[in-house]
Amino acid sequence: MLDNLLFVVFPYVAVAVAVVGTVYRYIANQFSFTSLSSQFMESDLQFWGSTLWHYGIIPTLIIHMMGFVFPKVMEALHGTPETLYLSELAGKILGIMALAGALILLYRRLSSSKIRVVTTPADWVVMALLINQVALGLWIAFGYRWGATWYVHTVTPWVVSLATFQPAPEFVSALPLVPKLHFLNATLLILLFPFTRLIHMITVPVEYLWRSFQQMIWTRRKVA
Amino acid sequence: MKIRSQVSMVFHLDKCIGCHTCSIACKNIWTDRQGAEYMWWNNVETKPGTGFPTLWEDQEKYKGGWELKNGRVELKLQNRLQTFTNLFSNPALPTMDDYYEPWTYNYGDLFNSPLGDDQPVARPISRVDGKPMEIEAGPNWDDDLGGSNIYAVNDPLLESMSEEEKQRLFSIEQLFYFYMPRICNHCLNAGCVAACPSGAIYKRAEDGVVLINQDKCRGWRMCVSSCPYKKTYYNWETGKSEKCILCYPRLESGQAPACFHSCVGRIRYLGVLLYDADQILDAVKAPDGQLVQRQREMILDPRDPKIIAAAKECGIPDAVIAAAQRSPVYRYVKDWELALPLHPEYRTLPMLFYVPPLLPVLNAVQQNGTQRVESDLFSSLENARVPVRYMSRMLAAGNDELVVAAYQKMIAVRLYKRAQEVGDVTNEEATAALAKAEISAEVAEAIYRLTSLPTYSERFVVPPYSREGDIEEIYDPQQRKAETGFGRSQGSRRGL
Repeated sequence: MLDNLLFVVFPYVAVAVAVVGTVYRYIANQFSFTSLSSQFMESDLQFWGSTLWHYGIIPTLIIHMMGFVFPKVMEALHGTPETLYLSELAGKILGIMALAGALILLYRRLSSSKIRVVTTPADWVVMALLINQVALGLWIAFGYRWGATWYVHTVTPWVVSLATFQPAPEFVSALPLVPKLHFLNATLLILLFPFTRLIHMITVPVEYLWRSFQQMIWTRRKVA
Repeated sequence: MKIRSQVSMVFHLDKCIGCHTCSIACKNIWTDRQGAEYMWWNNVETKPGTGFPTLWEDQEKYKGGWELKNGRVELKLQNRLQTFTNLFSNPALPTMDDYYEPWTYNYGDLFNSPLGDDQPVARPISRVDGKPMEIEAGPNWDDDLGGSNIYAVNDPLLESMSEEEKQRLFSIEQLFYFYMPRICNHCLNAGCVAACPSGAIYKRAEDGVVLINQDKCRGWRMCVSSCPYKKTYYNWETGKSEKCILCYPRLESGQAPACFHSCVGRIRYLGVLLYDADQILDAVKAPDGQLVQRQREMILDPRDPKIIAAAKECGIPDAVIAAAQRSPVYRYVKDWELALPLHPEYRTLPMLFYVPPLLPVLNAVQQNGTQRVESDLFSSLENARVPVRYMSRMLAAGNDELVVAAYQKMIAVRLYKRAQEVGDVTNEEATAALAKAEISAEVAEAIYRLTSLPTYSERFVVPPYSREGDIEEIYDPQQRKAETGFGRSQGSRRGL
């Protein structure tokens, strides 16, 4: 019963709220979409914190997604001890980078009264959840070895079952507490996505790769 | 030929008295808000000086503008790929310390402090975190060469000058200084527009005003770094960048921008320039010394029938062409070649032009402090070399000839008028000066009139916009009025 609630109902609610909320916010209040950078207040710690964090967390996130979308590829990649060892090592390094970056950013936010002025309660919640998430992830990586292989047979089928609307919480219900907390924390982050600064994730300016440098805009003429 | 119109500006630096009325007019209208207090869309600097933000002209520090690389013009800040690798931390962002921390005073203490022997004081408090603070700098901390041993001597424009030359500029009674009012240059090849990852910044095609779409801005702050003039600012409260909008709501109702309107010295001129957009790409690739000429070539004569026909074909309304024909900016920039763009070597094609100040140069040159102007000032006096060099580094990418040519004309006009009005200059002297400057007496008279006696309508020729007929009705104004009143329905605050 509890498993159904935590690993079926909760994810569905979170994703539904995230999708509807993000779309609604984008339509109703685009002004609120911004990176909300505080680099203007302090630049040096921001460089180390933000760079380490983003360079650590973005590949980590992509690799997690790869496992859901291309489980066969991941399985093949972890097929030999050498590649498995290497990919676990890479994952740990990325995780440590992200955690270090996040801790620098936390220290930065706590230590400067000017940065605290531009910090909302939602920012603190997000920061706590993110640090928690990375810490749990590293705990799993170090404490429950070879997650790179076992997660393809547990988490992936669970996520796929949710995505195909044939929920099967039994794939994860037998896992230890730490991975479960990792999943729940992730779901919580998805739930909070549209209400926090996390929405800056969908504002990656991809168009900049090909748009022309200069931009002219003509007034929309009245249709006669 | 692709003809477009640009509302352009001329600032006559000889007339600027450094009163900062323009800055205050702008501040009261646009930037008196939390997160924007530190911004000065219009500011007035004392030159030589380090400016606002400090050392903004040092592009090795701030990486603004464009540079020539293997025959291509590229942003100095970063290429497209680096825009993504640097997305998480802007590599050349000025921080609040480079501007100043805005403050107010705790005026309540003056009234509430207990009875005592000491006079109560109002301590300065930060407008950011509300805590008492030590004031270290302000927006024009080096006004009138105040603290010149810290500020003026570090002016990036003095870099290539020897100690002796610097001494000459700063010697007592021959002090060389002047005021530099600055607003956004509304460039044709703007660095801010090019660097914006979100594509939020654009040039209004009708009048060339450069604007930031506040809904599309995602706060990456690349515009702040990439504008070599540091005229885009990051609002730390809303997380969006903002800049001078050339008071377009005023322009659209036929008024001059607030800083222009309020200018006490009447140094500011505003009018339309027609230019050929097809020439932009070539013009920005010109060698440093030719940049100003190339920019002048792009600007087209609105009285030429061929240009008029071509402009009409490009969809420029007759009324705008008529405004271009009366444009005071065209006269200063093209007819008389007196006004020069600020730092053309940044290759942004700025459309705000400055008439270089003659008086501080004369002051630095004249040994005995007399007012008499010599017609051969710049060929005979070695002393003029230093101030002219300074001006040409600022306004002509190092091309001294352009500055000297402008000065020759200004001196000729002075001699011509002095011969007429005061009589301590002979007519022969005046005629010789006019010949040397290659201008006729009529032109000298016209320069004199537009410089000294212009009316409001001669200084500001705002093209008619007729927005009420042009704009697609997105909202029914009656309904909007009933629903949300004027302006944004939601306050500009941070995040959700």
